[in-house]
Amino acid sequence: MNAISAPSFIASKKLTLTDPDWVRYVLIGLTLGIIGLFLVLPLLTVLVEAFAKGWTAYSSSLMQPDALAAMRLTLLIASITVPLTTVFGVSAAWAIARFDFRGKSLLITLIDLPFSVSPVIAGLIYVLIFGAQGWLGPWFSEHDIKIIFAVPGIILATLFVTFPFVARELIPLMQEIGHEEEEAALSLGAGGWQTFFKVTLPNVKWGLLNGVLLCNARAMGEFGAVSVVSGHIRGLTNTLPLHVEVSYNEYDFVGSFAGASLLAALAVVTLVFKTVLEWKQNQDKRLKAKG
Amino acid sequence: MPQSNIMPGFRPAIGFTLFYLALIVLIPLSAMLLKTFQLSFDEYWAILTDQRVQASFRLSFGASLIAAAVAAVFGFIIAWSLVRYTFPGKRLFDALIDLPFALPTAVAGIVLAAIYEPNGWIGKLVMDGTGVQIAYKPLGIVFALIFIGLPFVVRTIEPVLQEFDTAMEEAAASLGATRLQAFVKVILPNILPAAITGFALAFARGVGEYGSVIFIAGNMPYISEIVPLLIITKLEQYDYPGATAIGLTMLILSFLLLLLINGLQWWVRRRSGQL
Repeated sequence: MNAISAPSFIASKKLTLTDPDWVRYVLIGLTLGIIGLFLVLPLLTVLVEAFAKGWTAYSSSLMQPDALAAMRLTLLIASITVPLTTVFGVSAAWAIARFDFRGKSLLITLIDLPFSVSPVIAGLIYVLIFGAQGWLGPWFSEHDIKIIFAVPGIILATLFVTFPFVARELIPLMQEIGHEEEEAALSLGAGGWQTFFKVTLPNVKWGLLNGVLLCNARAMGEFGAVSVVSGHIRGLTNTLPLHVEVSYNEYDFVGSFAGASLLAALAVVTLVFKTVLEWKQNQDKRLKAKG
Repeated sequence: MPQSNIMPGFRPAIGFTLFYLALIVLIPLSAMLLKTFQLSFDEYWAILTDQRVQASFRLSFGASLIAAAVAAVFGFIIAWSLVRYTFPGKRLFDALIDLPFALPTAVAGIVLAAIYEPNGWIGKLVMDGTGVQIAYKPLGIVFALIFIGLPFVVRTIEPVLQEFDTAMEEAAASLGATRLQAFVKVILPNILPAAITGFALAFARGVGEYGSVIFIAGNMPYISEIVPLLIITKLEQYDYPGATAIGLTMLILSFLLLLLINGLQWWVRRRSGQL
Protein backbone atom coordinates (compact mmCIF):
# COMPACT_ATOMS: atom_id res chain seq x y z
CA MET A 1 0.00 0.00 0.00
CA ASN A 2 2.64 2.44 1.10
CA ALA A 3 5.00 1.42 -1.64
CA ILE A 4 2.35 2.18 -4.25
CA SER A 5 1.01 5.45 -2.91
CA ALA A 6 4.34 7.08 -2.10
CA PRO A 7 5.58 7.70 -5.69
CA SER A 8 2.27 9.09 -6.87
CA PHE A 9 2.19 11.39 -3.84
CA ILE A 10 5.66 12.72 -4.69
CA ALA A 11 4.65 13.22 -8.30
CA SER A 12 1.56 15.24 -7.38
CA LYS A 13 3.52 17.25 -4.81
CA LYS A 14 6.06 18.20 -7.42
CA LEU A 15 3.32 19.27 -9.77
CA THR A 16 1.60 21.55 -7.28
CA LEU A 17 4.76 23.00 -5.74
CA THR A 18 6.41 24.18 -8.93
CA ASP A 19 4.73 26.71 -11.16
CA PRO A 20 3.66 25.50 -14.62
CA ASP A 21 6.27 26.16 -17.31
CA TRP A 22 4.24 28.86 -19.05
CA VAL A 23 3.83 30.81 -15.76
CA ARG A 24 7.56 30.49 -15.17
CA TYR A 25 8.44 31.78 -18.65
CA VAL A 26 5.93 34.64 -18.52
CA LEU A 27 7.17 35.83 -15.10
CA ILE A 28 10.86 35.58 -16.03
CA GLY A 29 10.06 37.37 -19.30
CA LEU A 30 8.25 40.16 -17.44
CA THR A 31 11.11 40.44 -14.91
CA LEU A 32 13.72 40.77 -17.65
CA GLY A 33 11.48 43.21 -19.52
CA ILE A 34 10.95 45.49 -16.51
CA ILE A 35 14.61 45.38 -15.49
CA GLY A 36 15.69 46.00 -19.07
CA LEU A 37 13.30 48.87 -19.64
CA PHE A 38 13.62 50.61 -16.27
CA LEU A 39 17.22 49.84 -15.24
CA VAL A 40 19.45 48.66 -18.11
CA LEU A 41 18.15 51.09 -20.75
CA PRO A 42 18.75 54.22 -18.58
CA LEU A 43 22.37 53.13 -17.93
CA LEU A 44 22.98 52.57 -21.65
CA THR A 45 21.34 55.90 -22.50
CA VAL A 46 23.84 57.80 -20.34
CA LEU A 47 26.71 56.35 -22.37
CA VAL A 48 25.03 56.79 -25.77
CA GLU A 49 24.16 60.44 -25.07
CA ALA A 50 27.55 61.25 -23.51
CA PHE A 51 29.40 59.95 -26.58
CA ALA A 52 26.83 61.24 -29.09
CA LYS A 53 29.42 63.59 -30.60
CA GLY A 54 32.44 61.37 -30.13
CA TRP A 55 35.26 60.93 -27.63
CA THR A 56 36.84 64.36 -28.15
CA ALA A 57 33.62 66.23 -27.41
CA TYR A 58 33.15 64.02 -24.36
CA SER A 59 36.61 64.52 -22.90
CA SER A 60 36.83 68.22 -23.71
CA SER A 61 33.47 68.88 -22.02
CA LEU A 62 34.82 67.18 -18.88
CA MET A 63 37.99 69.30 -19.05
CA GLN A 64 36.08 72.60 -18.97
CA PRO A 65 36.96 74.72 -15.92
CA ASP A 66 33.32 74.66 -14.71
CA ALA A 67 33.16 70.87 -14.93
CA LEU A 68 36.49 70.48 -13.11
CA ALA A 69 35.41 72.92 -10.40
CA ALA A 70 32.17 70.95 -9.96
CA MET A 71 34.11 67.68 -9.57
CA ARG A 72 36.48 69.26 -7.02
CA LEU A 73 33.56 70.64 -5.00
CA THR A 74 31.77 67.27 -5.03
CA LEU A 75 34.92 65.54 -3.74
CA LEU A 76 35.36 68.23 -1.05
CA ILE A 77 31.73 67.87 0.14
CA ALA A 78 32.04 64.06 0.34
CA SER A 79 35.39 64.23 2.17
CA ILE A 80 33.82 66.40 4.89
CA THR A 81 30.34 64.86 5.23
CA VAL A 82 31.15 61.13 4.99
CA PRO A 83 33.56 61.08 8.02
CA LEU A 84 31.09 63.11 10.15
CA THR A 85 28.16 60.84 9.29
CA THR A 86 30.35 57.79 10.00
CA VAL A 87 31.41 59.04 13.45
CA PHE A 88 27.78 59.80 14.25
CA GLY A 89 26.65 56.38 13.01
CA VAL A 90 29.21 54.52 15.12
CA SER A 91 28.39 56.48 18.28
CA ALA A 92 24.62 56.09 17.77
CA ALA A 93 25.02 52.35 17.15
CA TRP A 94 27.20 51.97 20.27
CA ALA A 95 24.62 53.74 22.44
CA ILE A 96 21.59 51.99 20.94
CA ALA A 97 22.90 48.43 20.42
CA ARG A 98 24.92 48.16 23.64
CA PHE A 99 22.72 49.86 26.28
CA ASP A 100 19.09 49.92 27.37
CA PHE A 101 17.50 53.27 28.02
CA ARG A 102 14.10 54.90 27.87
CA GLY A 103 13.04 56.44 24.56
CA LYS A 104 15.28 54.14 22.52
CA SER A 105 12.68 53.37 19.86
CA LEU A 106 11.84 57.08 19.58
CA LEU A 107 15.54 57.78 19.02
CA ILE A 108 15.69 55.15 16.25
CA THR A 109 12.63 56.71 14.59
CA LEU A 110 14.20 60.19 14.79
CA ILE A 111 17.46 58.92 13.26
CA ASP A 112 15.43 57.54 10.32
CA LEU A 113 13.46 60.79 9.98
CA PRO A 114 15.68 62.39 7.27
CA PHE A 115 14.83 59.45 4.99
CA SER A 116 11.19 60.46 4.90
CA VAL A 117 11.79 64.19 4.52
CA SER A 118 11.77 65.52 0.96
CA PRO A 119 15.26 66.69 -0.08
CA VAL A 120 13.75 70.06 -0.97
CA ILE A 121 12.64 70.49 2.65
CA ALA A 122 16.14 69.51 3.80
CA GLY A 123 17.42 72.54 1.90
CA LEU A 124 14.55 74.80 2.92
CA ILE A 125 15.11 74.42 6.68
CA TYR A 126 18.70 75.72 6.41
CA VAL A 127 17.55 78.66 4.28
CA LEU A 128 15.07 79.53 7.05
CA ILE A 129 17.88 79.63 9.62
CA PHE A 130 20.87 80.98 7.70
CA GLY A 131 19.23 82.74 4.70
CA ALA A 132 19.11 86.54 4.32
CA GLN A 133 15.65 86.58 5.93
CA GLY A 134 16.48 83.75 8.36
CA TRP A 135 16.97 83.93 12.12
CA LEU A 136 20.76 83.80 12.14
CA GLY A 137 21.20 85.22 8.62
CA PRO A 138 21.70 88.90 9.62
CA TRP A 139 24.24 88.00 12.33
CA PHE A 140 26.29 85.87 9.93
CA SER A 141 26.22 88.50 7.16
CA GLU A 142 27.38 91.16 9.67
CA HIS A 143 30.36 88.94 10.38
CA ASP A 144 30.93 88.34 6.67
CA ILE A 145 30.21 84.62 6.87
CA LYS A 146 28.24 83.19 3.95
CA ILE A 147 26.37 79.95 4.58
CA ILE A 148 23.48 79.93 2.13
CA PHE A 149 24.53 80.13 -1.55
CA ALA A 150 27.97 79.01 -0.36
CA VAL A 151 29.85 75.81 0.48
CA PRO A 152 28.86 75.59 4.21
CA GLY A 153 25.17 75.46 3.25
CA ILE A 154 25.86 72.62 0.80
CA ILE A 155 27.72 70.73 3.56
CA LEU A 156 24.84 71.20 6.04
CA ALA A 157 22.21 70.03 3.53
CA THR A 158 24.35 66.99 2.64
CA LEU A 159 24.84 66.15 6.34
CA PHE A 160 21.05 66.16 6.71
CA VAL A 161 20.29 63.85 3.77
CA THR A 162 23.10 61.38 4.60
CA PHE A 163 22.31 61.43 8.35
CA PRO A 164 20.86 57.87 8.81
CA PHE A 165 23.09 55.98 6.34
CA VAL A 166 25.77 54.54 8.66
CA ALA A 167 23.67 54.29 11.85
CA ARG A 168 20.95 52.37 10.03
CA GLU A 169 23.44 49.81 8.73
CA LEU A 170 25.28 49.34 12.05
CA ILE A 171 22.46 49.27 14.64
CA PRO A 172 20.75 46.02 13.49
CA LEU A 173 24.13 44.41 12.79
CA MET A 174 25.53 45.15 16.27
CA GLN A 175 22.26 44.06 17.89
CA GLU A 176 22.45 40.75 16.02
CA ILE A 177 26.10 40.09 16.92
CA GLY A 178 25.47 40.66 20.62
CA HIS A 179 27.88 41.83 23.31
CA GLU A 180 29.35 38.59 24.69
CA GLU A 181 32.72 38.95 22.93
CA GLU A 182 33.08 42.57 24.03
CA GLU A 183 32.23 41.63 27.63
CA ALA A 184 34.83 38.87 27.51
CA ALA A 185 37.49 41.34 26.32
CA LEU A 186 36.50 43.89 28.98
CA SER A 187 36.49 41.37 31.81
CA LEU A 188 39.94 40.20 30.72
CA GLY A 189 41.15 43.76 31.29
CA ALA A 190 40.94 45.41 27.85
CA GLY A 191 40.14 49.12 27.79
CA GLY A 192 37.06 50.61 26.13
CA TRP A 193 38.82 51.82 22.97
CA GLN A 194 40.90 48.66 22.80
CA THR A 195 37.71 46.57 22.92
CA PHE A 196 36.12 48.72 20.24
CA PHE A 197 39.05 48.53 17.82
CA LYS A 198 40.01 44.89 18.41
CA VAL A 199 36.59 43.26 18.95
CA THR A 200 33.71 45.43 17.76
CA LEU A 201 35.25 46.88 14.59
CA PRO A 202 36.48 43.57 13.08
CA ASN A 203 33.01 42.09 13.70
CA VAL A 204 31.12 44.88 11.92
CA LYS A 205 33.68 45.99 9.34
CA TRP A 206 31.81 44.83 6.21
CA GLY A 207 28.52 46.34 7.36
CA LEU A 208 30.26 49.58 8.34
CA LEU A 209 31.99 49.79 4.94
CA ASN A 210 28.66 49.18 3.22
CA GLY A 211 27.07 52.07 5.15
CA VAL A 212 30.01 54.36 4.35
CA LEU A 213 29.81 53.40 0.69
CA LEU A 214 26.09 54.19 0.39
CA CYS A 215 26.60 57.40 2.39
CA ASN A 216 29.33 58.44 -0.05
CA ALA A 217 27.13 57.73 -3.07
CA ARG A 218 24.39 59.91 -1.63
CA ALA A 219 26.80 62.69 -0.58
CA MET A 220 28.27 62.89 -4.10
CA GLY A 221 24.94 62.50 -5.87
CA GLU A 222 22.57 64.63 -3.77
CA PHE A 223 20.63 67.03 -5.94
CA GLY A 224 17.39 68.40 -4.43
CA ALA A 225 18.65 69.58 -1.04
CA VAL A 226 21.87 70.98 -2.46
CA SER A 227 20.02 72.71 -5.29
CA VAL A 228 17.99 74.78 -2.76
CA VAL A 229 21.00 76.08 -0.79
CA SER A 230 23.64 76.32 -3.54
CA GLY A 231 22.51 79.30 -5.60
CA HIS A 232 23.99 77.64 -8.73
CA ILE A 233 27.06 79.90 -8.93
CA ARG A 234 29.25 78.58 -11.76
CA GLY A 235 32.68 77.43 -10.72
CA LEU A 236 31.91 78.14 -7.04
CA THR A 237 28.80 76.39 -5.69
CA ASN A 238 27.90 73.95 -8.46
CA THR A 239 28.42 70.34 -7.42
CA LEU A 240 28.63 67.72 -10.18
CA PRO A 241 24.87 66.93 -10.09
CA LEU A 242 24.10 70.67 -10.29
CA HIS A 243 26.57 71.03 -13.18
CA VAL A 244 24.61 68.26 -14.95
CA GLU A 245 21.39 70.23 -14.43
CA VAL A 246 22.82 73.60 -15.53
CA SER A 247 24.38 72.12 -18.68
CA TYR A 248 21.13 70.31 -19.52
CA ASN A 249 19.06 73.47 -19.13
CA GLU A 250 21.52 75.29 -21.44
CA TYR A 251 21.04 72.55 -24.09
CA ASP A 252 24.67 71.45 -23.66
CA PHE A 253 23.57 67.80 -23.75
CA VAL A 254 27.03 66.31 -24.28
CA GLY A 255 28.40 68.28 -21.31
CA SER A 256 25.41 67.29 -19.20
CA PHE A 257 25.56 63.59 -20.03
CA ALA A 258 29.35 63.56 -19.74
CA GLY A 259 28.99 64.74 -16.13
CA ALA A 260 26.14 62.26 -15.69
CA SER A 261 28.36 59.43 -16.98
CA LEU A 262 30.82 60.05 -14.11
CA LEU A 263 27.96 59.91 -11.59
CA ALA A 264 26.54 56.78 -13.24
CA ALA A 265 30.00 55.17 -13.04
CA LEU A 266 30.03 56.04 -9.34
CA ALA A 267 26.64 54.35 -8.95
CA VAL A 268 27.81 51.18 -10.75
CA VAL A 269 31.03 51.00 -8.71
CA THR A 270 28.94 51.47 -5.55
CA LEU A 271 26.64 48.59 -6.54
CA VAL A 272 29.58 46.30 -7.31
CA PHE A 273 31.23 47.01 -3.94
CA LYS A 274 27.90 46.65 -2.16
CA THR A 275 27.38 43.19 -3.69
CA VAL A 276 30.91 42.14 -2.73
CA LEU A 277 30.52 43.47 0.83
CA GLU A 278 27.20 41.71 1.35
CA TRP A 279 28.76 38.49 0.10
CA LYS A 280 31.70 38.94 2.52
CA GLN A 281 29.26 39.62 5.37
CA ASN A 282 27.32 36.41 4.67
CA GLN A 283 30.58 34.46 4.41
CA ASP A 284 31.68 35.74 7.85
CA LYS A 285 28.29 34.80 9.26
CA ARG A 286 28.58 31.26 7.89
CA LEU A 287 32.11 30.89 9.27
CA LYS A 288 30.89 32.09 12.68
CA ALA A 289 27.97 29.67 12.62
CA LYS A 290 30.35 26.79 11.88
CA GLY A 291 32.47 27.86 14.85
CA MET B 1 20.28 46.65 32.01
CA PRO B 2 22.85 44.01 32.83
CA GLN B 3 25.39 44.92 30.15
CA SER B 4 25.70 48.60 31.08
CA ASN B 5 27.52 47.64 34.26
CA ILE B 6 30.59 46.60 32.35
CA MET B 7 30.20 48.24 28.90
CA PRO B 8 31.96 51.58 28.85
CA GLY B 9 31.20 54.77 26.94
CA PHE B 10 27.43 55.14 27.26
CA ARG B 11 27.55 58.80 28.29
CA PRO B 12 29.86 60.11 25.52
CA ALA B 13 28.13 57.96 22.87
CA ILE B 14 24.56 58.99 23.73
CA GLY B 15 25.71 62.56 24.40
CA PHE B 16 27.28 62.99 20.98
CA THR B 17 24.36 61.19 19.28
CA LEU B 18 21.76 63.49 20.82
CA PHE B 19 23.87 66.61 20.25
CA TYR B 20 24.43 65.82 16.57
CA LEU B 21 20.78 64.80 16.09
CA ALA B 22 19.61 68.10 17.57
CA LEU B 23 22.11 70.19 15.61
CA ILE B 24 21.58 68.69 12.14
CA VAL B 25 17.97 67.46 12.24
CA LEU B 26 15.79 68.58 15.14
CA ILE B 27 16.65 72.28 15.50
CA PRO B 28 16.53 72.98 11.74
CA LEU B 29 13.22 71.10 11.40
CA SER B 30 11.71 73.01 14.32
CA ALA B 31 12.77 76.25 12.61
CA MET B 32 10.20 75.41 9.98
CA LEU B 33 7.55 74.84 12.64
CA LEU B 34 8.32 78.21 14.29
CA LYS B 35 8.26 80.02 10.95
CA THR B 36 4.80 78.60 10.21
CA PHE B 37 3.56 79.63 13.67
CA GLN B 38 4.31 83.23 12.74
CA LEU B 39 1.39 82.95 10.35
CA SER B 40 -2.20 83.20 11.55
CA PHE B 41 -4.34 80.16 10.83
CA ASP B 42 -6.28 82.11 8.19
CA GLU B 43 -3.08 83.02 6.39
CA TYR B 44 -1.91 79.40 6.56
CA TRP B 45 -5.25 78.16 5.27
CA ALA B 46 -5.26 80.72 2.44
CA ILE B 47 -1.86 79.45 1.27
CA LEU B 48 -2.97 75.82 1.34
CA THR B 49 -6.31 76.36 -0.40
CA ASP B 50 -4.75 78.33 -3.24
CA GLN B 51 -5.73 76.66 -6.55
CA ARG B 52 -2.14 76.20 -7.72
CA VAL B 53 -1.06 74.68 -4.38
CA GLN B 54 -4.04 72.32 -4.33
CA ALA B 55 -3.34 71.22 -7.90
CA SER B 56 0.28 70.41 -7.02
CA PHE B 57 -0.72 68.40 -3.93
CA ARG B 58 -3.26 66.44 -5.99
CA LEU B 59 -0.61 65.77 -8.64
CA SER B 60 2.17 64.77 -6.22
CA PHE B 61 0.00 62.44 -4.15
CA GLY B 62 -1.96 61.07 -7.13
CA ALA B 63 1.11 60.33 -9.27
CA SER B 64 2.93 58.78 -6.28
CA LEU B 65 -0.07 56.58 -5.48
CA ILE B 66 -0.36 55.26 -9.04
CA ALA B 67 3.42 54.82 -9.38
CA ALA B 68 3.67 52.99 -6.03
CA ALA B 69 0.82 50.65 -7.04
CA VAL B 70 2.50 49.83 -10.38
CA ALA B 71 5.87 49.45 -8.62
CA ALA B 72 4.23 47.07 -6.11
CA VAL B 73 2.99 44.78 -8.90
CA PHE B 74 6.26 44.98 -10.88
CA GLY B 75 8.28 44.54 -7.70
CA PHE B 76 6.30 41.46 -6.70
CA ILE B 77 6.90 39.83 -10.11
CA ILE B 78 10.64 40.63 -9.95
CA ALA B 79 11.03 39.41 -6.35
CA TRP B 80 9.15 36.19 -7.15
CA SER B 81 11.31 35.43 -10.21
CA LEU B 82 14.55 36.27 -8.39
CA VAL B 83 13.73 34.08 -5.37
CA ARG B 84 11.91 31.14 -6.94
CA TYR B 85 13.41 30.68 -10.41
CA THR B 86 16.89 30.34 -11.87
CA PHE B 87 17.80 32.04 -15.12
CA PRO B 88 21.03 33.26 -16.70
CA GLY B 89 22.37 36.55 -15.31
CA LYS B 90 20.15 36.36 -12.24
CA ARG B 91 22.77 37.63 -9.77
CA LEU B 92 23.65 40.54 -12.03
CA PHE B 93 19.99 41.54 -12.34
CA ASP B 94 19.55 41.17 -8.60
CA ALA B 95 22.43 43.59 -7.97
CA LEU B 96 21.02 45.99 -10.56
CA ILE B 97 17.73 46.36 -8.63
CA ASP B 98 19.43 48.86 -6.30
CA LEU B 99 20.43 51.15 -9.19
CA PRO B 100 17.73 53.76 -8.43
CA PHE B 101 19.11 53.96 -4.86
CA ALA B 102 22.66 54.52 -6.06
CA LEU B 103 22.09 56.62 -9.19
CA PRO B 104 21.98 60.37 -8.42
CA THR B 105 18.45 61.66 -9.01
CA ALA B 106 19.57 64.35 -11.46
CA VAL B 107 21.12 61.66 -13.66
CA ALA B 108 17.95 59.57 -13.48
CA GLY B 109 15.97 62.71 -14.37
CA ILE B 110 17.83 63.65 -17.56
CA VAL B 111 18.11 60.02 -18.69
CA LEU B 112 14.39 59.30 -18.25
CA ALA B 113 13.56 62.54 -20.07
CA ALA B 114 15.86 61.52 -22.94
CA ILE B 115 14.22 58.08 -23.21
CA TYR B 116 10.57 59.14 -22.94
CA GLU B 117 10.54 62.52 -24.73
CA PRO B 118 8.61 62.51 -28.04
CA ASN B 119 11.89 62.02 -29.97
CA GLY B 120 13.42 59.59 -27.46
CA TRP B 121 13.92 55.85 -27.94
CA ILE B 122 10.69 54.81 -26.25
CA GLY B 123 8.86 58.13 -26.35
CA LYS B 124 8.88 58.04 -30.18
CA LEU B 125 7.77 54.41 -30.27
CA VAL B 126 4.80 55.07 -27.98
CA MET B 127 3.98 58.38 -29.68
CA ASP B 128 3.91 56.82 -33.17
CA GLY B 129 2.07 53.73 -32.00
CA THR B 130 -0.61 55.19 -29.75
CA GLY B 131 -0.34 58.97 -29.98
CA VAL B 132 0.32 59.16 -26.24
CA GLN B 133 3.03 61.55 -25.10
CA ILE B 134 4.84 60.45 -21.92
CA ALA B 135 7.45 63.11 -21.14
CA TYR B 136 6.44 66.66 -20.15
CA LYS B 137 3.02 65.33 -19.05
CA PRO B 138 1.80 63.96 -15.69
CA LEU B 139 2.33 60.47 -17.17
CA GLY B 140 6.07 61.21 -17.31
CA ILE B 141 6.04 61.90 -13.56
CA VAL B 142 4.45 58.49 -12.95
CA PHE B 143 7.17 56.79 -15.05
CA ALA B 144 9.96 58.53 -13.09
CA LEU B 145 8.33 57.56 -9.77
CA ILE B 146 7.97 53.90 -10.81
CA PHE B 147 11.75 53.90 -11.46
CA ILE B 148 12.40 55.41 -8.00
CA GLY B 149 9.90 53.16 -6.18
CA LEU B 150 10.83 49.78 -7.69
CA PRO B 151 13.77 48.84 -5.38
CA PHE B 152 11.73 49.65 -2.24
CA VAL B 153 9.15 47.00 -3.14
CA VAL B 154 11.61 44.34 -4.37
CA ARG B 155 13.87 44.72 -1.33
CA THR B 156 10.97 44.45 1.15
CA ILE B 157 9.35 41.41 -0.49
CA GLU B 158 12.55 39.48 -1.32
CA PRO B 159 13.63 38.53 2.26
CA VAL B 160 10.07 37.53 3.23
CA LEU B 161 9.79 35.27 0.17
CA GLN B 162 13.22 33.77 0.91
CA GLU B 163 12.26 32.88 4.46
CA PHE B 164 8.78 31.71 3.52
CA ASP B 165 8.31 28.15 4.74
CA THR B 166 7.49 26.04 1.68
CA ALA B 167 6.11 23.37 4.00
CA MET B 168 2.92 25.45 4.08
CA GLU B 169 2.65 25.21 0.31
CA GLU B 170 3.32 21.48 0.52
CA ALA B 171 0.59 21.11 3.11
CA ALA B 172 -1.86 23.02 0.93
CA ALA B 173 -0.89 20.94 -2.11
CA SER B 174 -1.13 17.60 -0.29
CA LEU B 175 -4.58 18.60 0.98
CA GLY B 176 -5.64 18.94 -2.64
CA ALA B 177 -5.25 22.66 -3.36
CA THR B 178 -4.40 23.63 -6.90
CA ARG B 179 -1.32 25.79 -7.48
CA LEU B 180 -3.52 28.87 -7.91
CA GLN B 181 -5.44 28.13 -4.70
CA ALA B 182 -2.20 27.62 -2.78
CA PHE B 183 -0.91 30.93 -4.13
CA VAL B 184 -4.04 32.93 -3.31
CA LYS B 185 -4.81 31.35 0.07
CA VAL B 186 -1.36 30.50 1.46
CA ILE B 187 1.41 32.49 -0.21
CA LEU B 188 -0.32 35.79 -0.89
CA PRO B 189 -1.58 36.43 2.68
CA ASN B 190 1.97 35.89 3.96
CA ILE B 191 3.61 38.19 1.41
CA LEU B 192 0.93 40.88 1.41
CA PRO B 193 2.14 42.78 4.53
CA ALA B 194 5.62 43.11 3.03
CA ALA B 195 4.14 44.19 -0.29
CA ILE B 196 2.08 46.87 1.49
CA THR B 197 5.16 48.08 3.38
CA GLY B 198 7.10 48.30 0.11
CA PHE B 199 4.20 50.15 -1.48
CA ALA B 200 4.08 52.65 1.42
CA LEU B 201 7.85 53.24 1.26
CA ALA B 202 7.69 53.83 -2.51
CA PHE B 203 4.72 56.15 -2.03
CA ALA B 204 6.42 58.19 0.71
CA ARG B 205 9.59 58.54 -1.36
CA GLY B 206 7.59 59.52 -4.44
CA VAL B 207 5.75 62.38 -2.74
CA GLY B 208 9.01 64.14 -1.82
CA GLU B 209 10.98 63.20 -4.93
CA TYR B 210 12.46 66.13 -6.86
CA GLY B 211 15.53 65.42 -9.01
CA SER B 212 14.31 62.50 -11.09
CA VAL B 213 10.94 64.16 -11.73
CA ILE B 214 11.57 67.78 -12.73
CA PHE B 215 13.35 67.03 -16.01
CA ILE B 216 10.55 64.82 -17.33
CA ALA B 217 7.59 66.66 -15.75
CA GLY B 218 7.20 69.70 -17.97
CA ASN B 219 6.60 71.77 -14.81
CA MET B 220 3.43 73.56 -15.99
CA PRO B 221 1.58 75.25 -13.09
CA TYR B 222 -1.81 73.59 -12.40
CA ILE B 223 -0.91 70.64 -14.68
CA SER B 224 2.50 69.11 -14.10
CA GLU B 225 3.99 71.07 -11.17
CA ILE B 226 4.88 68.83 -8.20
CA VAL B 227 4.85 70.08 -4.58
CA PRO B 228 8.68 70.10 -4.09
CA LEU B 229 9.06 72.23 -7.24
CA LEU B 230 6.37 74.64 -6.01
CA ILE B 231 8.31 75.06 -2.74
CA ILE B 232 11.44 75.98 -4.70
CA THR B 233 9.46 78.37 -6.92
CA LYS B 234 8.07 80.14 -3.83
CA LEU B 235 11.58 80.35 -2.33
CA GLU B 236 12.95 81.89 -5.52
CA GLN B 237 10.21 84.52 -5.31
CA TYR B 238 11.24 85.19 -1.67
CA ASP B 239 7.79 83.98 -0.56
CA TYR B 240 9.25 82.33 2.58
CA PRO B 241 5.91 81.99 4.43
CA GLY B 242 4.35 80.27 1.41
CA ALA B 243 7.28 77.87 0.95
CA THR B 244 7.34 77.10 4.69
CA ALA B 245 3.60 76.48 5.03
CA ILE B 246 3.61 74.08 2.06
CA GLY B 247 6.81 72.44 3.30
CA LEU B 248 5.45 71.91 6.82
CA THR B 249 2.21 70.41 5.50
CA MET B 250 4.23 68.01 3.38
CA LEU B 251 6.49 67.21 6.35
CA ILE B 252 3.51 66.38 8.59
CA LEU B 253 2.07 64.13 5.89
CA SER B 254 5.43 62.35 5.48
CA PHE B 255 5.72 61.93 9.24
CA LEU B 256 2.27 60.33 9.37
CA LEU B 257 3.39 58.03 6.56
CA LEU B 258 6.53 57.13 8.52
CA LEU B 259 4.41 56.18 11.55
CA LEU B 260 2.20 54.08 9.30
CA ILE B 261 5.24 52.34 7.80
CA ASN B 262 6.66 51.58 11.27
CA GLY B 263 3.27 50.18 12.28
CA LEU B 264 3.17 48.03 9.15
CA GLN B 265 6.68 46.72 9.76
CA TRP B 266 5.74 45.81 13.32
CA TRP B 267 2.65 44.04 11.98
CA VAL B 268 4.78 42.16 9.40
CA ARG B 269 7.25 41.02 12.07
CA ARG B 270 4.46 39.92 14.39
CA ARG B 271 2.69 37.99 11.65
CA SER B 272 5.87 36.21 10.63
CA GLY B 273 6.46 35.27 14.25
CA GLN B 274 9.53 37.43 14.89
CA LEU B 275 7.94 39.27 17.82
